[in-house]
Amino acid sequence: MSKYKNFRLFNGKLSFLMDRKAAITFTILLVVAFLVFVVSTGSGEMKINPLTVVSVLFGGGPEMEKLIITSFRLPRIIVALMVGISLAVAGGILQGMIRNPLASPDVLGITGGAAAAVVSFLAMFSDKNHSLTVSIAWLPLAAFIGATVIGFLVYFLAWKNGVSPVRLVLIGIGISALMQAITTLTMVMGPIYQASQANIWITGTVYGSNWKNVAILVPWTVIFVIIALALARTINIQELGDEVATGLGGKVQKQRFLLLMISTALIGGSVAFAGGIGFVGLMAPHMARRLVGSSFGALLPASALIGGILVMVADLIGRTLFSPLEVPAGVFTAGIGAPYFIYLLFKTRNS
Amino acid sequence: MLLKSTAFKWIGFLIAVVVMVLAMCASIIFGYTDTSWHTAVDAFTNNNGSNEHIIIQTVRLPRALIASAVGASLAIAGVLMQTLTKNPLASPGIFGINAGGGFAVVVAMTVFSVNSLQAFSVLAFIGAAVAAISVYAFGSFGREGLTPMKLTLAGAAMSAMFASFTQGLLVLDEVMLDQVLFWLAGSVQGRKLETLVSVLPYIGIGWLGAMFIAGKMNILSMGEDVAKGLGLNTGLLKIAIGIIVILLAGGSVAVAGPIGFVGIVVPHITRSIVGIDHRWVIPFSGVLGAILLIAADIAARYMFMPSEVPVGVMTAIIGTPFFIYIARKGFNGR
Repeated sequence: MSKYKNFRLFNGKLSFLMDRKAAITFTILLVVAFLVFVVSTGSGEMKINPLTVVSVLFGGGPEMEKLIITSFRLPRIIVALMVGISLAVAGGILQGMIRNPLASPDVLGITGGAAAAVVSFLAMFSDKNHSLTVSIAWLPLAAFIGATVIGFLVYFLAWKNGVSPVRLVLIGIGISALMQAITTLTMVMGPIYQASQANIWITGTVYGSNWKNVAILVPWTVIFVIIALALARTINIQELGDEVATGLGGKVQKQRFLLLMISTALIGGSVAFAGGIGFVGLMAPHMARRLVGSSFGALLPASALIGGILVMVADLIGRTLFSPLEVPAGVFTAGIGAPYFIYLLFKTRNS
Repeated sequence: MLLKSTAFKWIGFLIAVVVMVLAMCASIIFGYTDTSWHTAVDAFTNNNGSNEHIIIQTVRLPRALIASAVGASLAIAGVLMQTLTKNPLASPGIFGINAGGGFAVVVAMTVFSVNSLQAFSVLAFIGAAVAAISVYAFGSFGREGLTPMKLTLAGAAMSAMFASFTQGLLVLDEVMLDQVLFWLAGSVQGRKLETLVSVLPYIGIGWLGAMFIAGKMNILSMGEDVAKGLGLNTGLLKIAIGIIVILLAGGSVAVAGPIGFVGIVVPHITRSIVGIDHRWVIPFSGVLGAILLIAADIAARYMFMPSEVPVGVMTAIIGTPFFIYIARKGFNGR
């Protein structure tokens, strides 16, 4: 039995190789993700039997449980899943592109840009009584615009006969410091109510997600993840270094721009709905690399699932551990992510 | 405008000191409550208890002194870190030292309800020290050893982690947020003179220590191998530099909260004025750092009069373009 399985579809018009080991791992991850999904849906103030959860998911179940699950828990957990997927895929792309295992959306300042945009939005559209003058539904759009603008700005400032990965990271760090300053400035100037609202959001939480959010976030994530998967092979080439990639006929700068834009779109979408949930974009691709190897065709889907699992678990812990207090999911991802980061540095020492 | 001869350097240094003193005077006089030179002098020689006199004695003077001490400490810490790590972007802010100090203080306030000044400064030191040591250790892992890139990334990641924990703690305690927020932004406003006095021994030792090892740092900057060949105990020197950086950066965080970019900007400006001899770079950086922070503090008062911008925000706005300029220039310049 060979290591790869060959697929030829539509008379050979679409053909690809599938790594057997990766396929098995992917299936296992899928099962784990589903289990976490069900357990998370069942846990909370009111415990619900996993079997009941499954039957509700398929349209049955008792009315009371059905109401709680469909109107409160499901949207929140779906948003957590989508956010995890987006961040993990974006992180995977960035790490491949920058060729540095420690790169992540937080380091590049994209998350910071979105945060600054949100805080400014809250400050700008508040009246004297500190209530918003426009609908809060515009908040995600502001976050997305912030992420995109900063994505472009970092890219533009890092441009000097092409964009080098090192410059991209350094400029990103500088810009995130500036964004943090702007965020703090706006929070200090604004009233306390607003500051605490903004602070919760910046830390990252999926609290209060509703079906409207799901309806926007799901298509957004799915579309960009599919584009990312289609571009996965160009990341494989980019990882070999600029010279080799150019020699192999890759349009390095054009692809780099495209990849950066896709990851910005994914980050913008997730930050818009869940705030700055950190370290997921850093961790998930690494875990996936340990499991399925570093070919991006297998890596991206695997890290997407791991990212989804991470955020769902972080949210589950956040809302059950100190119940009735809600701890933002971002605190837990940072709590797991930081030791993982340290482990990563240890590992690179030994390799 | 590189000053070459020693005489010119002395003249330049004296001019810088004069400018610093003038800046401090300006810091005492200008602000929301307008005062004049006469009022300021009267406040000390002939205090009649009027509003202006009280403001000058209890608000403006401490503020000017704190701004200058913090600015000088951060700038000197920046010089030491840049030489030690051979990284032109090294500074307390980028390396997570500020974030570490900030986190320690927030933990102390929220979890242990600590409120005394003395405890604050000690804790800020501990936080700064832990962050500095871990970033340096993490940055040195790996095959190539300590590379500027890894160090910067490790610093950024540690900052992100500490910031996240700090925010998490504050989410749980909204009342605390209001008290801590202004401190977290980095500010020299509303600090009592006692705060400065309580950390002055530490940063004073830091200043003197930095001057003391200046000559040895010249040797270290020629490269580790050369320094060893010349008989320098590089291990000991590095530890000494580390301790001084922690004293200076930790002390600054304890007094004023995390103020970024002074440690990056000032050393570069100083080097373009006096060259690379640390025996000149260190005192010059100190004075120029003080001037920069005082000026930023004065600007912070006028930007959105009558409310004040935290000076940490001002330095970030001034410093980011500079940071980007250095980053674009690349690591190969030095």
